[in-house]
Amino acid sequence: MSELSVDHLLGIKYLNTADINLIFETADQFKEVINRPIKKVPSLRDITIANLFFENSTRTRLSFELAEKRLSADVINFSAASSSVKKGETLIDTVNNILAMKVDVVVMRHPNPGAGVFLSKHVNASIVNAGDGAHEHPTQALLDSYSIRERLGEVAGKKVVIVGDILHSRVALSNIFALKKQGAEVKVCGPKTLIPKYIESLGVGVETDLKKALQWCDVANMLRVQNERMEISYFPTTREYTQQYGVNKKLLDSLDKEIVIMHPGPINRGVEITSDVADAEQAIILDQVENGVAIRMAVLYLLASKIKQ
Amino acid sequence: MSQKLLLSAKEVHIILHRLACQLIENHTHFKDTVLVGIQPRGTYLADRITQILKDDYKVKDIQLGYLDITFYRDDFRRGEKPLAANSTQINCVIEDKRVVFIDDVLYTGRSIRAALTAIQSFGRPTSVELLTLIDRRFSRHLPIQPNYRGRQVDAINKEQVKVHWKENEGEDAIYLINN
Repeated sequence: MSELSVDHLLGIKYLNTADINLIFETADQFKEVINRPIKKVPSLRDITIANLFFENSTRTRLSFELAEKRLSADVINFSAASSSVKKGETLIDTVNNILAMKVDVVVMRHPNPGAGVFLSKHVNASIVNAGDGAHEHPTQALLDSYSIRERLGEVAGKKVVIVGDILHSRVALSNIFALKKQGAEVKVCGPKTLIPKYIESLGVGVETDLKKALQWCDVANMLRVQNERMEISYFPTTREYTQQYGVNKKLLDSLDKEIVIMHPGPINRGVEITSDVADAEQAIILDQVENGVAIRMAVLYLLASKIKQ
Repeated sequence: MSQKLLLSAKEVHIILHRLACQLIENHTHFKDTVLVGIQPRGTYLADRITQILKDDYKVKDIQLGYLDITFYRDDFRRGEKPLAANSTQINCVIEDKRVVFIDDVLYTGRSIRAALTAIQSFGRPTSVELLTLIDRRFSRHLPIQPNYRGRQVDAINKEQVKVHWKENEGEDAIYLINN
């Protein structure tokens, strides 16, 4: 098996386990490539990729752009703030205008859930979802699982707790799908107001006591509180959130084992994790960022290989 | 499908020793030499040659690496099947070194063209040579020739030359397969 079963990466829920393994095995080779003196391969030199960001992003956009450039693809960037979207153009019109310039792959972040799926049905290009509202963020989940595999050897059988704002998090949902498909056990932990009611139907446990959750797990993935997506107050104060769901060194030292700490960024230091935890050896936050480039190279390479000349 | 034995284990053994001796003639102490097996099938040959140099001719400190050329190939998106990558392991500096590419069969020359591009990601070698066990004459697409060759074979295009290794296929032998 050396081909993805899908033509687009719209979400983890559309992938099978063989797809995930293929992406990881390909990423292994790209990780070696990006550590060479010359970090570039010519594979995608006849592919043009458009990065369409209808929502703010720093890390994901840079990571995708770097991955594309390391593969020698031609890259065009677009952000909604400086575009005709503001003048009332529809999404399909915007994208079709870009595709008329002969673009092969579209990487898109959009505030509306399902925007990627919608686009894949209406335009003739390979679509990579770089985050659609509170729905999915597949490349983030892939790089998270890849980082767990790198640190702990494998994902199957590992216990992972996702802590924080589960309700508004596309990272949480994609991670749950990815981890379950690879045979990991998953729990979510956070204030009840930030845990969706349907979550247990995904085969995920719920724990509201952070200490118990950390004692149970091998890996804790700490999410950011997404204040920008909250129209109402889900917890009394940030201070109270930190007291109950923030991870600090004292708490980690009180456990009888060393767990791996992950964070998809951007970190609110002192809120969900303290600085000494973020910078500790057991935190693999910067490994996640490095692996992000390799994973995105693998995804783009494998999708592009399905576009026939 | 029919297959014909081109070289037996004994003949392969003699050829490997001759190739090792030819390398010693040109590289003496191998101080500035890096042997590079081309993935996936050239690595077995590279391992064998290295072992013969070490065990039978007492050459010390041979630098050996494996190079995968998947991302440098010129047929990406052109074939039926996508290209699966293998691992590259080059743990030494290539800059100002004498590189010897090692591959089992030289056919169109396109793999070696890709390898010449790929090796530049690790520095600028002083020179690059090519060692191949089987040289399929008259089938080259590019102006590439080996410096060290085991055996020249005149095979028509639909025929396939398959090298078997004891550690992988259970025997040392080379077959000409007619599909």
